[in-house]
Amino acid sequence: MSSDLEVTHTHPVPDPGIEEHVERWADVDPAASRRAERQVAACFGAVPLLALGFVVVYFFVPKTWAVQFAGLHAPAQHIWLGLLGGVAILLVGIGAVQWARLIMGDHEISEERHPAGSDPAARDEALEEVHEGIAQSALPRRKLIGKTLMVALPSLALPALVTLLDMGPWPGPGTRAATIERTIWAEGVHLVTDVTYKRIKAVDMAVGELVNAAPENIKNLEHDPAAKAAATAKAAIIIVRMDPATIKIPASRKDWQVDGILCYSKICTHVGCPISLWEQQTHHLLCPCHQSTFDLGNSGVVVFGPAARSLPQLPITTDSEGYLVARSDFTVPVGPSYFERDSSHDYKNGDN
Amino acid sequence: MAKPTTVSADSEALASSRPPGRRPLAGLGGPVGWLDDRVGLAKLSRHNLRKVFPDHWSFLLGEIALYSFIILLLTGVFLTIWFKPSMSEVEYMGTYQLLRGVPMSEAYESTLALSFDVRGGLLVRQVHHWAANLFIAAATVHMLRIFFTGAFRKPREVNWLIGIGLMSTALVEGFAGYSLPDDLLSGTGLRFVDGLIRSIPVIGTWAEFLVFGGEFPGTIIVPRLYMVHILLVPGLLLALIGAHLALVVYHKHTQYPGPGRTETNVVGYPLFPVYMAKAGGFFFIVFGVSVLMGTFLSINPVWKFGPYTPNQVTAGSQPDWYMGFVEGAIRIFPPLESHWGHTTWSWQIFLPGVGMLGLLFGALAAYPFIEAWITGDKAEHHLLDRPRNAATRTSFGVAGITWYAMFWIAGGNDILANEFGLSLNAITWFMRFAVFIAPVIAFMVTRRICTSLQRHDAEKVLHGVETGVIVRTPDGGYYEDHMPIPVDEAFTLTQHPEYPALQPTAAVDENGVAVPARVTRRRARVRDWFFRPNIAKPTADEVTEARSHGGAEHEIATHASDASDEQKAVSQH
Repeated sequence: MSSDLEVTHTHPVPDPGIEEHVERWADVDPAASRRAERQVAACFGAVPLLALGFVVVYFFVPKTWAVQFAGLHAPAQHIWLGLLGGVAILLVGIGAVQWARLIMGDHEISEERHPAGSDPAARDEALEEVHEGIAQSALPRRKLIGKTLMVALPSLALPALVTLLDMGPWPGPGTRAATIERTIWAEGVHLVTDVTYKRIKAVDMAVGELVNAAPENIKNLEHDPAAKAAATAKAAIIIVRMDPATIKIPASRKDWQVDGILCYSKICTHVGCPISLWEQQTHHLLCPCHQSTFDLGNSGVVVFGPAARSLPQLPITTDSEGYLVARSDFTVPVGPSYFERDSSHDYKNGDN
Repeated sequence: MAKPTTVSADSEALASSRPPGRRPLAGLGGPVGWLDDRVGLAKLSRHNLRKVFPDHWSFLLGEIALYSFIILLLTGVFLTIWFKPSMSEVEYMGTYQLLRGVPMSEAYESTLALSFDVRGGLLVRQVHHWAANLFIAAATVHMLRIFFTGAFRKPREVNWLIGIGLMSTALVEGFAGYSLPDDLLSGTGLRFVDGLIRSIPVIGTWAEFLVFGGEFPGTIIVPRLYMVHILLVPGLLLALIGAHLALVVYHKHTQYPGPGRTETNVVGYPLFPVYMAKAGGFFFIVFGVSVLMGTFLSINPVWKFGPYTPNQVTAGSQPDWYMGFVEGAIRIFPPLESHWGHTTWSWQIFLPGVGMLGLLFGALAAYPFIEAWITGDKAEHHLLDRPRNAATRTSFGVAGITWYAMFWIAGGNDILANEFGLSLNAITWFMRFAVFIAPVIAFMVTRRICTSLQRHDAEKVLHGVETGVIVRTPDGGYYEDHMPIPVDEAFTLTQHPEYPALQPTAAVDENGVAVPARVTRRRARVRDWFFRPNIAKPTADEVTEARSHGGAEHEIATHASDASDEQKAVSQH
């Protein structure tokens, strides 16, 4: 067969056979042997003491004590429990390995291998049994049983899979429109700082300033943490003030801003990290997760990184007292892309 | 027939009628004999107790992975006693002053309680996390050892596939684990996974809504991941590990080539008592080291990150190291997104995220079969290859490591930019090319190095090793004395099989009958390329010739003339 031709086995140096056994110090020198025994016994003997120490630390070292040593600052209880427990476990291991290395017989022995596969006789015998079994089952004559069983078993997967479909709501068009395609922003919702919920006055913002903000109506969700988290995950915004002379504002977005104060979604269009690194001079905003970079001076278009869509801009204006308010919800869904997303309305570089 | 009414218990006749060896453990008496009577203990242990395992440090890598897994089970059980997999909001009132009064999920709160209020809790938590890192690291290096030594060849392909299954499952397990504490870092990781799931074409949104129970973040992902982390995946891992070890026992361990080692034997020490002590002891060593790491090396200090909120993130957010290559791919992939009709296809997330994992594990799973097709080798292999002798495979391996490393480095492009004061954009662009170019360079360089090492082996066999003794000849020349290597080493360096170039055979023979196992032109070419870096090993004649000079004196004489030739060559210049 070709496999014989394909590999050649030659031994230019004949196999000298298994190396001769070399005796260890402990095999020939009684003193070394006793020393090895003492070494192993010392390892094992120390373990109960350390275990006892562990128990003592557990009960008697208060949680408030701290260890300060060479740059390490940690709770004393933690350090001592770990040190005593760890060394105790380690000594069991070192003792056992030393026992095997120094004292146990170390004569190498050789064992025969057998081919992994069965020999032909066993194969024939097994096949024979299989055939006998098949014949006894009457399957060859009663084919309908086999065929229906082949359909019956896989069909059981259907109920199993269907029960999993209730793991979450189905994102049909209606559900999408009510969840991932809208935020709690709406006309007249005030922009407030995201921790203290203070309204923001346009005149208070300096050029170059960036404010992390939230919709004022997020306060209404205080009683429902889950709804608040879901709302925050979409409605988080950043407000920046730039010198209107240094930025591009397309005609369609002339009235989306107030004297160079622009408002963008804080949620990256790549995989949804909150974007937070602001380069004041270039008007670039960088996502710390995967470094997508958006130009806030140019309607949020992508200038670098793996994000493929502009950062959605929130149209804002001021109320009668000069506080910033939203003019509407975002005009496109915020956050990462999804299959059903109609991305034709996103702002592209050069749009008007 | 008449029967005796009574039989004396110690009747000699009765004793001799007992089949010899019926109760082999009776001598041990007590519980062991009792158990043998019921489950046949002796029969079970007869061939397995003294099973031979070969000795080599690289065989310990898989053991480290196994032991880390056991440590994970032990420490994990302790953690489940305290951890609350709930996203319900509570106000923190524990002992960590800086977070008092902060609203957070019960999952995060119970993680803080574990770290500050449960005695030994921080220790066990950190041991668990270190053991997880150790588990995946050891499994990775173990897999590389299997790859580079060719231990995946027949009959072990199935076990290689089980190993790939273990590896990919372990990544999922690790990810699910570090997502549980619901701190700012793990929440950021979940946010990424949400985006990743969404990016799957056609079914992405549906998958997202089913996995998260609606919109991100929802309230159910932590309990679900908890189930995945402590039941589903560990169960799978346990089953796969069981199968993995059962096959190791069945096939018997591979061994490195050496004197007396053949394809039909296994040379080493018996399981009982040597490996029970060594392997059992090694478990305690791995455990002890993990505990000491958990004691002194802080890992995942969740209290520093704060609770997760979807509008916050820390700069330098990164996954655990074993997810770094996926992270890197996500970072450097160009922004390719298709907007067809009313649909969006996020290739820039789907391909590097889902595609990378598929590519890596697919390529690993396919490799044994590809190599077997190229070499046409259908024999069982129990002797390991020295990596240099399988030059092309070794080069593939090094190229693969390089490929992985480039993505891994790209996963820290922000850290690199920050630490070395480089341009983030320049690093990203560099890595976009490096992931393609660096593996090719690594492949070519490794092939050269392997060939050089083979030449070096041949030289050692034929000319011995340098002794450091400089000899001056009467005519003024200098040379270094060489010493023949021991015959054991010479055998080890020359025992490997060779793969001669094949001639393509016709599809049909002269009678028009199809040729079985024919060598196609393409396979002959690929095989020739695969084995091209290999040099012919010294022949028996060459070895005899070199060795028959009978030791040092003649070696010197031969080399003296070589050396003086070189001297002449030099003096002519």
